Amino acid sequence: MTRREFLEFLALSGFGLVLAGKSTASAVGRGPAKKWAMVVDLDRCAKDDGCVDCIAACHRVHNVPNISDPRHQVKWIWTTPFGRLFPEQGRYGERQIREQKVLTLCNHCENPPCVAVCPTKATFRRDDGIVMMDYHRCIGCRYCMAACPYGARSFNWVDPRPYIQTIDKGYPTRTRGVVEKCNFCEERLAKGLAPACVESCREKALAFGDLNDPDSAVSRSLRSHFALQRKAELGTAPKVFYLPA
Amino acid sequence: MYDKPLIFFIIIVVLAIVVSPFIYWRATPGASLPPKLELPPGGEKRCVEPVEFMRKHHVDLLDQWRQSVVREGRVKYAASDGREYTMSLTNTCIGCHSNKAKFCDRCHDYVPVKPRCWDCHTFPDKGDTAK
Repeated sequence: MTRREFLEFLALSGFGLVLAGKSTASAVGRGPAKKWAMVVDLDRCAKDDGCVDCIAACHRVHNVPNISDPRHQVKWIWTTPFGRLFPEQGRYGERQIREQKVLTLCNHCENPPCVAVCPTKATFRRDDGIVMMDYHRCIGCRYCMAACPYGARSFNWVDPRPYIQTIDKGYPTRTRGVVEKCNFCEERLAKGLAPACVESCREKALAFGDLNDPDSAVSRSLRSHFALQRKAELGTAPKVFYLPA
Repeated sequence: MYDKPLIFFIIIVVLAIVVSPFIYWRATPGASLPPKLELPPGGEKRCVEPVEFMRKHHVDLLDQWRQSVVREGRVKYAASDGREYTMSLTNTCIGCHSNKAKFCDRCHDYVPVKPRCWDCHTFPDKGDTAK
């Protein structure tokens, strides 16, 4: 065997070992991973009567502070006019279409830019598709806020505790100096519950489920409806879908 | 040596300064006793792990739990005695040890280790001002 042949043999074996390692690792014990997604039905959510059931539920369950100063506001889920959310769409629609309030939250992208830039990996993408926050590791650099194309993240400029009306003891608060955002209610999903916003919506405008399950509400919804994603051209592959009215 | 009286005087003063904390410690009643912790009001006698293990390793345990729950999504903990617990400071630990002043603070006020857990993690009774 020549030296060249020996080196080629080593390279191929190494490659083979890596492949073998990868396949055994993923085959052990676990079923197919979930891919959590949400579908917002804009037709059902169109009642402009000031309903904020989903926002109130989310912020109550997660101890999100209610800060009136717009510079220091913290929000996990909120409403944005349609014209601002989808700036390239609806140009020829009537003003009331462009002004209709649309629910906005973290999109839990498949390819999240916030995770790519986080220097400590305090934000990371879980196997089930949820983009998680580890508040213990966050250093508050706000690079993720700069990277997020959707403005979904909030920074705690001030100590949030005085601004929380009633602290829910089943969930921690955050401290000054960390970035927070919607977490798809991962602590509720772990107990088999639906996210707080989905459960609290009186019009049943929010659907949540596993995209990998063809029978889930979101899969069926997306198969049969035309759906919008925010800034789809960026390649982030967001997992919050909007069904136009 | 030169200046013998001055040197001896300074040596005695320095020794007095060095020994003074120990004299104060002896003179103060109760200062040498270790902190006394109050057990949970619910009457639960057994913690997740034995007392000696928890005294030495509760921080390592919490670190392990944090890593597992937050970063790996695994919440089931198999204790050394075979029982299974849900890994959660908020629900499992604070569920029993619900009074910070009578439990956590007893040691942590005495010892110069001030954990920052309570900046975020709340307690049922005094969660709002836990600092």
